[in-house]
Amino acid sequence: MQQITLRVNGRQHAVKVDPETPLLFVLNDDLGLRGPRFGCGMAQCGACTVILRGQVVRSCVMPVRAVGDDEVTTLEGLGTPEKPHPIQQAFIEEGAAQCGYCLSGVILTAKAVLDGKPDASDEEIRIALGGVLCRCFAHTRMLRAIRKYASGNRQHANPA
Amino acid sequence: MQTRRDFLRSGGALIVSFSAASAQGPFDTHDSHIDPKKLDSWLAVGADGTITAHTGKCDFGQGIFTAQTQLVAEELCVPLSRVKLIQCDTAVTPDQGTTSGSQSTPANFNSQGLALAAATAREALLGLAAQKLGGSVDQLTAADGVIADAAGRRVTYAELVGGRHFNLPLDASAKRRSREQWTVLGKPVPSLDRVALMTGRFEFVQSVRVPRMLHGRVVRPPGMGATVASVDKGSVRDIPGVRVVVRKDFVGVVAETQYQAGLAARQLAVRWSPGPELPAQRSFFEHLQRQPSRDTLSVDSGDVERALGAAAGVLRAQYRYPYQMHGSVGTSCAVADVRAGRATVWSATQSVYPTRSIVAKLLGLPLQNVRVIYVRGSGCYGLNGADAVSFDAAVLSQAVGRPVRLQFSRQDEMMWENLGAACVVEHRAAVGADGQITVWDRADWVASLGNRPGYDRPGNVISGMLAGYEPEPLKPGPAKAPAGKLQNQSNAVPCYFAGCIDGNCGGGGMIRSERVLTHTVRSPFFTGPLRSPLRIQNAFANECFMDELCAQAKADPVAFRLQHLHDPRIIGVVQAAAKAAAWETRAAAPAVRKTGVVRGRGIACVDYEGGNGYAALVAEVTVNLETGVVRPVRFVAAVDCGPISNPDGLRNQTEGGILQGMSRALVEEVTWDNRRITSADWETYNSLHLDYEMPTIETVLVTPEGVPANGAGETAITVTPAAIGNAIFDATGVRLRELPFTPERVMAAIRENRA
Ligand code: FES
Ligand code: FES
Repeated sequence: MQQITLRVNGRQHAVKVDPETPLLFVLNDDLGLRGPRFGCGMAQCGACTVILRGQVVRSCVMPVRAVGDDEVTTLEGLGTPEKPHPIQQAFIEEGAAQCGYCLSGVILTAKAVLDGKPDASDEEIRIALGGVLCRCFAHTRMLRAIRKYASGNRQHANPA
Repeated sequence: MQTRRDFLRSGGALIVSFSAASAQGPFDTHDSHIDPKKLDSWLAVGADGTITAHTGKCDFGQGIFTAQTQLVAEELCVPLSRVKLIQCDTAVTPDQGTTSGSQSTPANFNSQGLALAAATAREALLGLAAQKLGGSVDQLTAADGVIADAAGRRVTYAELVGGRHFNLPLDASAKRRSREQWTVLGKPVPSLDRVALMTGRFEFVQSVRVPRMLHGRVVRPPGMGATVASVDKGSVRDIPGVRVVVRKDFVGVVAETQYQAGLAARQLAVRWSPGPELPAQRSFFEHLQRQPSRDTLSVDSGDVERALGAAAGVLRAQYRYPYQMHGSVGTSCAVADVRAGRATVWSATQSVYPTRSIVAKLLGLPLQNVRVIYVRGSGCYGLNGADAVSFDAAVLSQAVGRPVRLQFSRQDEMMWENLGAACVVEHRAAVGADGQITVWDRADWVASLGNRPGYDRPGNVISGMLAGYEPEPLKPGPAKAPAGKLQNQSNAVPCYFAGCIDGNCGGGGMIRSERVLTHTVRSPFFTGPLRSPLRIQNAFANECFMDELCAQAKADPVAFRLQHLHDPRIIGVVQAAAKAAAWETRAAAPAVRKTGVVRGRGIACVDYEGGNGYAALVAEVTVNLETGVVRPVRFVAAVDCGPISNPDGLRNQTEGGILQGMSRALVEEVTWDNRRITSADWETYNSLHLDYEMPTIETVLVTPEGVPANGAGETAITVTPAAIGNAIFDATGVRLRELPFTPERVMAAIRENRA
C-alpha cells in the first residue's frame, strides 16, 4: 500500500493503494467514477478509456504508479449533464448509443483524434476507433455524432 | 368487485401495495406478494401528482424504459417528466417473468399489463372527477394531470387520489387511447437515459457500490466437465485478507480490492480432474447428426416422401451455423449482500423473479427473504453471464458475511457463457414445371445444454452446475405427430409453408407438401437464448435455400417469394423493401468475370416467431474475387411490428440489429480445442470493431391498421445473414452454406465453383 496523488478531472486526489493497481480500479473504486468501465482488462475493447497527456489510454492496463502528475480526464470530466461537452451534445442529439457501456472508448477516442487534428477525415477517425468495440453496433449513429462534432457544429455547447 | 364508491371511502398513504396473501404469478408457479390483477401494483399517483409506475419489463439498452414511460404518460395524459418508472425489483414490481424474446411490447403495450393498468387508472380518475364535478364522464377532458369539464371547472389527479390507493382491480374493459389521439406514444422521443450515458453518470450494475463491500473473483475450471480435486488455500496466504470459497466445483476468492481479488484468483493453486474430451471442431456438424436426439415435428403433411419420389429433380442442401457468443462489452457483474438470513442482489438479469427463486434455493433461504433489484448492465442480447454472476456473487457473500461485488474476467465470461446454439439444417425440395415449389422437406439438428435457469434450474448455467445442480435433462425420443395450432417460435418452418395441421393452416405460404423435423441434441457447451435464438439460424438456412430454389426456377427472388406467400404482412414487408431498394426484377445474374470486385444483391424475409413482427431485408454486397473479402455496402430493411411505440427507438434497434447480424454473418464463430473454448477474448473471438467501414442502412416502417403491437428488436437481425448470403450468390454464383462468410470460406467456394 502506498499513498498516491492523482489529478483527475481537474481535482487532486490522494489514495492509498498498491501502486501496481490498474488505474481503472482506482477511478472506479477509490474515486467513485462511472465513466471508464471494465470490459476486458487486456487493452482490447476500449471501455476503460481515459485521456492522459492528450492521448487515449487504456486505464485497465496502466498501473496507477505510472500516471504521475499529469491530468487524467474521464468521460465525466468532459462535461456535465447540465453543460455537456460539444461532442457529448452531438451524441445526445444523435441518440448515438444503445446500452452505452462502450461510450468512454468511443467518445474520448474521437475527441482525442479531433483535438490533435481538427480536420481529420472520416477515414482517419474510423481508423483511430479500431481498438474500440461496440457490441450493440450503434456504429452508424456514433459516426454520425462524431461527424457532427467534427464539422464544427458546436453551437449547442452552452445551452442557456 | 369493488366500485368507485368503495374506492372513495378508502384511504391511506401507502403507495406500494403489499397484500398479505401471496398471489400466483402469471408466468410460473411461485409466490409473488404483488398481485398483478390490482391496479395499485402497477400505478400510484403521488401527493404532488407524480405518477409512479411499476413494470416487470426492464431496459438493457433496447429502449423499453423510454417506451414504457411514454405509454404511461400517454394513457394518463401527463407529460413524460411527470412519470417515474420503476423497473424490475422483486420488492415492488409485478412478476412479469423474463424480459426477452421480443415479448415486452406484446405484454405491456396492447391490452394487458402496464397498458391496461394505465388505461384503468385514467378511466378511474375520470370517473372520480365526474363524481366530484358533477356531470358525466364524456363531458370531461384530461390533460397535463388535470381533468376539466365543459364549464371549465378543474380537478387535479393529486386532488382525486394523490398519495392514496386506487383499491381497484385492473379493468379488462378499460379502453386504451386510440392511435389518432396519441401525443407522446408513437413519437420519436429521445431515450431518457441519453444525457446520463453520454456524460458518464449512468449507473450500470458494474458501478454499484455498497458500504463495506468486498470484491470477489471466480476461479473456473480449465475446461468443460473438469472437477475440483483439491484447493490449496495456503497458496494465496501472502495476499492480505483473501478468503477462499469452495462449494463442490465452485471456487472463488474474496478480497478487499479488485486488484487483490484478481491476483488471488490467478495465484490460487487448484488441482482439477479433467472432464471428457470435447468432440473435434473440424467434424462437429457430422458429430451433431450422429447423437441421440429429442425429436419434434412442427408440421408433416405425410406425403413428402411420395412427392419427392415423383419429382423430376430434387434439390438438396445442408446449411451449417456455428456457436456464437453474446460477448457483452462489459463482463457480467453483480453485487450481493447476504447477511442475517436475508439477501439483496443487484443484478442485470433479465429475470428478477426467477433469479430470486434460484438465489433462495442456492443459499437455502426462504423466498421472501431474497430481494433482486435490476440494475442495467452492458447490453446482453439474451442470456449472457448476468444470471450466473448473480448466483456466484450471492454464494460468495453468504460465505464471507459481507456484501460482495463480483465482476467476471473476460475469460470467465467468454469460456462459460450460454452460447448461441450451433445447428445443421438439411433441405430437400422440388420445383414443378410451372415454377412453383411442389414439396419441401426440412430437418435440423440443434445443440442444446442448459438454458435460462427459470425458477428452479440453477444447473442450466455454469454456476449452478459447479454448485452441484444438473442442467435440464434432454430425453431422447421420437417425434409425436403435430397437433393443435402451428408452433413456429423458432422459425424452423419457412414462411412459404402452408403449415397445415389437421386441416388448420397456420403458415403464411402456399407449399402444402411440407415437413419440418427438429432433432435436439446434447451440446458439449452451455447454450441459451442469443438475440434471435434459433430464428437467425433457421432463417439463414430457409431463406438461402429458398434462393437456391429460385435460382433453379430462374426466377426473380422477390417475385418468386411473393408467388409462394399469402400472408399480407410478409408480402407487405417484401414489397416495401423491394420498392425502397429500387429492386430490379431479374433472375440472379452472377458475374462472368474471374477477377476484381463484383457486386450483387439479395433479399430475405421472416415472419418472426410465426407472427411476432415481420421483416424483409435487401442487402447489396461486393465480393473481392481474389481475396474472398465480402463487404456489405447497403441494406434496405422493411419492418412491420404493428403500432410503433417509438419510431426512433425502432430505427435504432433495427440498425443495430442489422449490423450485429452482419458481424455474425461475416466473422463470429466460437472455437475450441479438445478441452476448452479457445475464443475467449477479442483477439480470438472476432467482432467487427468501430473501424469497420459500415454500409448505409435505410429502414422503412410498415404500419398496417388494426393489428396488435409486436416485438421489434430481433426481426431485422434474423434475416441479415441470409440476405448477405443471397447477395454473395448474385454477385459470384457461389452459394455459401456455412457461417461465418470468412474470406477463406469464400475463396474455397469460389475455387470449387471454378473447378
Ligand atoms: S477494459 Fe480496458 S481495453 Fe477493455
Ligand atoms: S452501445 Fe452497447 S456496447 Fe456500445
